[in-house]
Amino acid sequence: MSDAQQPSDFDATTAVDEFEPVDVFPSSEDMDLRPGADNCYKCTSCDTSCPVAEVDEDFPGPKFQGPEQWRLKRHEDVDIDDSILSCSNCMRCDDACPSSVPLSQMHNTARGEYVEEHMDKLSREYLRNRMLSNYRTMASIGSKVPRLANFVMGLGITSTLGEKIMGIPSERDVPEFATETFRQWWKKRGGSTVSNPDKQVAYFHGCYSNYNTVEVGKAMVRVFEEFGYEVLVPKQQCSGTPMFANGMLKDARREAEVNVRELGEAIDNGAEVIASCTSCSMALRQEYPELFDIEGIEELSEHTWEALEFLRVHEDLGQAILDSEVDPQAFAYHAPCHARNQGLDRQAVELFRDLEGATIEDVGESCSGISGTYGWKSEKYETSMKIGAEMFDHMEHAEGDVGMTECPTCAMQMNHGTGYEIRHPLELLEEAVV
Amino acid sequence: MAIREDVIVIGGGLAGSMAALEAADGEASVRLVTHKKSTLRHASGLIDVLGYLDESEPVSDPFAAISELPDDHPYSIAGEAAIRDGLARFDEAVGDTYQGDHTDSNALLPTFGGAIKPTARYPDAAAAGLASDSRDMLVVGFEELTEYNAGMLADHLDAADVPFDVDGVELNFPGEYANDSRVTRFAKRLDSDEDVDHDGRTMGARQALAASVEPHLGDAERVGFPAFLGDDHAADVRADLERELGVDVFEIPMGPPSFPGMRLADRLKDAVDDAGIHISAGNPVIDYEADGDEIEAVIVDSKGREVPYHAEEFILATGGLVGKGIDSDRDGTVEEPIFDCHIPHSDDRYDWFEQEAFGNQPFAHFGVRIDEGMRPLDAGGDPEFTNLRAAGGVVGGTDPVAEKSQSGISLTTAAVAGQRARNQAAKREVSQ
Repeated sequence: MSDAQQPSDFDATTAVDEFEPVDVFPSSEDMDLRPGADNCYKCTSCDTSCPVAEVDEDFPGPKFQGPEQWRLKRHEDVDIDDSILSCSNCMRCDDACPSSVPLSQMHNTARGEYVEEHMDKLSREYLRNRMLSNYRTMASIGSKVPRLANFVMGLGITSTLGEKIMGIPSERDVPEFATETFRQWWKKRGGSTVSNPDKQVAYFHGCYSNYNTVEVGKAMVRVFEEFGYEVLVPKQQCSGTPMFANGMLKDARREAEVNVRELGEAIDNGAEVIASCTSCSMALRQEYPELFDIEGIEELSEHTWEALEFLRVHEDLGQAILDSEVDPQAFAYHAPCHARNQGLDRQAVELFRDLEGATIEDVGESCSGISGTYGWKSEKYETSMKIGAEMFDHMEHAEGDVGMTECPTCAMQMNHGTGYEIRHPLELLEEAVV
Repeated sequence: MAIREDVIVIGGGLAGSMAALEAADGEASVRLVTHKKSTLRHASGLIDVLGYLDESEPVSDPFAAISELPDDHPYSIAGEAAIRDGLARFDEAVGDTYQGDHTDSNALLPTFGGAIKPTARYPDAAAAGLASDSRDMLVVGFEELTEYNAGMLADHLDAADVPFDVDGVELNFPGEYANDSRVTRFAKRLDSDEDVDHDGRTMGARQALAASVEPHLGDAERVGFPAFLGDDHAADVRADLERELGVDVFEIPMGPPSFPGMRLADRLKDAVDDAGIHISAGNPVIDYEADGDEIEAVIVDSKGREVPYHAEEFILATGGLVGKGIDSDRDGTVEEPIFDCHIPHSDDRYDWFEQEAFGNQPFAHFGVRIDEGMRPLDAGGDPEFTNLRAAGGVVGGTDPVAEKSQSGISLTTAAVAGQRARNQAAKREVSQ
């Protein structure tokens, strides 16, 4: 039965002009998802693109989680279904939908509401999810004593306790902290070696390039300086990606306020914002304006780029690659889901296949399955590995035995499934052009 | 101006992919710009050229029938040779995964509603289901699938006077499922041959499916299933079932989600990639830059940043009303949203449709009108731009759903648009 309220004076025989279906629902007071829900014509492109629905029998899929649940919710006695926690926020449904239904926005708001209103704040699941979402806090403590932290995290007993107490799968190896964070390196280096008020970029390194894969951050700096850019590294917090995925929208907003303010200052001074992690750029570009109303948030969205994307548009990166050469090496490249949504899934492959010495192969369209914090939960570990199986298989059949991806957690999963060393496109670009 | 190609194709469905392949057959650099998943994902995967001229009998030879089409029909404008070029390019792109290229005549295939459909090319997976074949047929349905009933399908085929005996049987798909399981789940189970419990034993899903069908075989020499027999490994799934059952196995195309459509989309993407065509997927083209009537660049909305993509020649293959290449509004607007190409239509939206659901619907004719170079025409009948060509659903002037010509028009217009774009790009290269 339709939940549309029938106007009491509706008479099917009178002129159609008097019945305006767009006025049937009371108008929305906060963000209005109605137009999006109406645009769904149930073509199932989202359901057939959903990596979770493919392996998890009980997951009802994005079409339900999005437009259908939104409509069900118009009745006040209907609660958000708890299956929303099984959505990994890969956002592939956004990329699939030919009608541009804002599926991930619907999922993010539904998840936020579910966590806020229906989750026990003292439950192990909530506390674990809160901790995972606030990885930056954890990492900033661990990085104070990186060697000790790495030692403790590497202990078998830590892993067993992690599984038993927190619900963190013991199969996974906790990523090592760098002995020197990116920001410590940056400070010691004395900032950018290039001074150029006309060509400035503000680097959003995110948490992982700062605390773990510092080489990616250094590569970004050296590559951009090679092209004549002055690199700025403003104060910044977590992008919010893990918080959206866990329904911790208040935490995400707190971080977003700082990022919008600090990066906004750089933008006002003429800089463009560059991210090396495709989930960070996704958050700043799409999720911020979809979820929060903060002054300057649209400007930040419009001025944020992924690193290679920026260089492709603003510099002749293709020619720079043709003029370069690297030591012979072959890569198995995986495009992160969030890169796909920004139209970036092909750029590394199309760029590096013209690079003398490098061989690069796309390992296909499948999702890696880890989706940030998703694969770090004991109850999701099996689903995560089932989703990843196709990618592992394709990686093993690819010529290269070094993996490549832009996303730090995809990289963890690629390494976990194959044992391959994983590199970021910026590292190869640095080798080629610097 | 860092992004520059000879030819840019906008739209990644059947027409866009084929136009890109055509344009890339030579020296031209080609980029395919595609926004969302295409309508191929819910298409049947059958390639129709011309099925009906009017409501009467199906067309047996489309090539013999095109002379009866009006002068402004896309086939009449493009010509018979273009239809053949389009089909040849398609045959090359899909290789032996499709059949039907041995004859000009239409094949007749059963649909999941039990109708018989005239079509020019069909997936290898559907080949054993030809209605012109006299071998007896068993159609299998599943209780879990409410949109498909094998008994009804068999009765309909029978009522259509097919030259064979046909029975339908409804079974339970082997294994345990959630109540509202989707066909993607069944396909995945067959694709990876997951273990299921069947008849008190654990066995692979393919073997279990064959075992549950076997008692119902009777005299049937071929068995039809709804089209979800695997995804990436569909040929293996079918081969295994055929070996277990000892008869031919085929798929009957069904509604969305459509595996034949998704498999075709995958195959075309591979062909495009193998041809060295650049692909930009995930962002829409929203605008263009022109010097007079010559387009210099299209503007891609890259999540808020407007990035120009430059080229010599542009091909518009964004689809029709369903594919969003044509937009309509309650205020009576019908438009082509990127270049604002002229689309003949009434300003009164109550003129857009007939009361009779399957009548001659004016909205089905919505689309750009083209010249012999596939260039969209303005209201005065002149090309809107010198270097813009259209292919596929965005081209109007006929009702492709009623005449069953949708894929054929896509292939034909894509062939001409691709050839012209390629040749023009080469000429400019020489003159520069």
